[in-house]
Amino acid sequence: MQRFFATRRAAIFCWDHRSKQRASFSTSLLFDDTQKQFKESVHQFAQENIAPHAAKIDATNYFPKDVNLWKLMGDFNLHGITAPEEYGGLGLGYLYHCIAMEEISRASGSVGLSYGAHSNLCINQLVRNGTSAQKQKYLPKLICGEHVGALAMSEPNAGSDVVSMKCKADRVDGGYVINGNKMWCTNGPVAQTLVVYAKTDIAAGSKGITAFIIEKGMPGFSTAQKLDKLGMRGSDTCELVFEKCFVPEENVLGQEGKGVYVMMSGLDLERLVLAAGPLGLMQACLDEAIPYVRQREQFGQPIGEFQFIQGKLADMYTSLQSSRAFVYSVARECDNGKVDRKDCAGVILLAAEKATQVALQAIQCLGGNGYVNEYPTGRLLRDAKLFEIGAGTSEIRRMIIGRELFKQD
Amino acid sequence: MKVLVAVKRVVDYAVKIRVKADKSGVETTNVKMSMNPFCEIALEEALRIRESGAASEVVAVSVGPDQCTDTLRTALAMGADRAVHVYAGATPVLPLSVAKILKALVQVEQPGLLILGKQAIDDDCNQTGQMVAGLLRWPQGTFASKVVLDKAKNVATVDREVDGGIETISLDLPAVITTDLRLNQPRYATLPNIMKAKSKVIKKVTPAELNVEIKSDMETIQVTEPPKRKAGVIVSSVDELIDKLKNEARVL
Repeated sequence: MQRFFATRRAAIFCWDHRSKQRASFSTSLLFDDTQKQFKESVHQFAQENIAPHAAKIDATNYFPKDVNLWKLMGDFNLHGITAPEEYGGLGLGYLYHCIAMEEISRASGSVGLSYGAHSNLCINQLVRNGTSAQKQKYLPKLICGEHVGALAMSEPNAGSDVVSMKCKADRVDGGYVINGNKMWCTNGPVAQTLVVYAKTDIAAGSKGITAFIIEKGMPGFSTAQKLDKLGMRGSDTCELVFEKCFVPEENVLGQEGKGVYVMMSGLDLERLVLAAGPLGLMQACLDEAIPYVRQREQFGQPIGEFQFIQGKLADMYTSLQSSRAFVYSVARECDNGKVDRKDCAGVILLAAEKATQVALQAIQCLGGNGYVNEYPTGRLLRDAKLFEIGAGTSEIRRMIIGRELFKQD
Repeated sequence: MKVLVAVKRVVDYAVKIRVKADKSGVETTNVKMSMNPFCEIALEEALRIRESGAASEVVAVSVGPDQCTDTLRTALAMGADRAVHVYAGATPVLPLSVAKILKALVQVEQPGLLILGKQAIDDDCNQTGQMVAGLLRWPQGTFASKVVLDKAKNVATVDREVDGGIETISLDLPAVITTDLRLNQPRYATLPNIMKAKSKVIKKVTPAELNVEIKSDMETIQVTEPPKRKAGVIVSSVDELIDKLKNEARVL
């Protein structure tokens, strides 16, 4: 009966079935029963609803048109994990958010990235800094998946040095007029609600930054063409253009001139949640490599019998498990209210660099097939590389960690 | 009305089964365990009955070691209202003992309906539902592919998958129903329900408290893997194939 069931279910959940045939990864030290069940549930959802689209999303550079992934994820309560229940959220913490981010990224890196931008950068920033009127207005639609959210801080000439941004907001009667450009805005082309940082006082430097909530369709706000990226294809990225865009007073997020606080505290949590993305990609690499080396035979035996291949698997596995342990222990600390800037930078520094390496190893395990786009390993590599660049480059992360350590001593 | 559902913890349907080196049984250490798929179908049916308004409470019960609480947590996350764990330690519990335990629990809980999976995918016994119906002297509708409750008449109409087709029977409640594959498609535990399950109660009882003595009247002599399939041959023509089927395999 066991075998019969495996076949029957395989037809329905072919992805799920495949994944369970893979090696088991112990997470018993990291998660309690509820968290394990949560992970399993998101896993099932993601493998059934997201994974089947992953290759096509990458090939076409678009999310599927025939299904509304955002709404599906909203119906599954994924968007508002850290949002209060009164707005439709789950009222949970960052540990759960990371679990969801990992499982979604495991199914598709680009859906994972867009999900991270939406649920953390936009929704969680509104949760942390919005007034109750702002939350009431924006959160329910973002959380149910009707609206897509985004956040924009980088500019063409202000990337790592984000505080040098030039986009400015001039005070006028009843609000502000924003002029300038924002670059590399994830979800920018499709977002209805955007958190945008602009300078209300150029001379005040970092203390002159203010955060605004921008709505699609505000006169003077437009998006330029979407960018043609190496990886994370389908997760739309574009430039935002502000030409005399009037933003009413009530759309200031936090206080005027306090934007840098909103931005930097948000960045810590953004790095933590996004660090679960490379975890999902590393898992996806192993999900591909392990069955392949069991099946592929050379010199009369499965290539997994060879020590070179076993060594690669061992390195991939330990990279994943050590990154996982770091990410989830920092997530747990953040849930306890202890947000440590260097740890938040550390988790994504480690996980992102490991993910690129693990993806390279996965390609090597698959040999010639790994280099062919029919297999997903190339996509995993291209997706993984993003995490060494987005949410602060590896260089900025090292700088943050080093600076924090030096400062403390 | 209350619905009692029995759920069993088994080796996950997708796991490749390995026999222990000493042939004493199937390897279960470090193996993913899940709720028996037929029990999922039973629970799903109970939840649908509750959602239709015909029942007010769904109680899940599992018999076995401590880890059974994982299975019961899943049941609670799927939507069961509460759970009972009959702690039986590591000793295997055979269908008759489970049936006696369920009978004792039915006398405590007084459900209007007891739903079970038709069999577990590990031992494939297909006995517990029938035995407990016999012990309780309740009518039974086994291998159900459709269940309709008539609350006013206190009757359940059950479609049964039998060899010749579908047999429709009518049962006076209380009754025992065992579920077949095509009855329904079980739901997933939703994220909010997983969180809600945390605060639901799993009551622990022992067989002794239910006045049931677990007896093992069966001894497993050995468990072996099925024989390996022999390699096939490639035939060059249809004629050769027919010849082989006729004269070698003798199936034509």
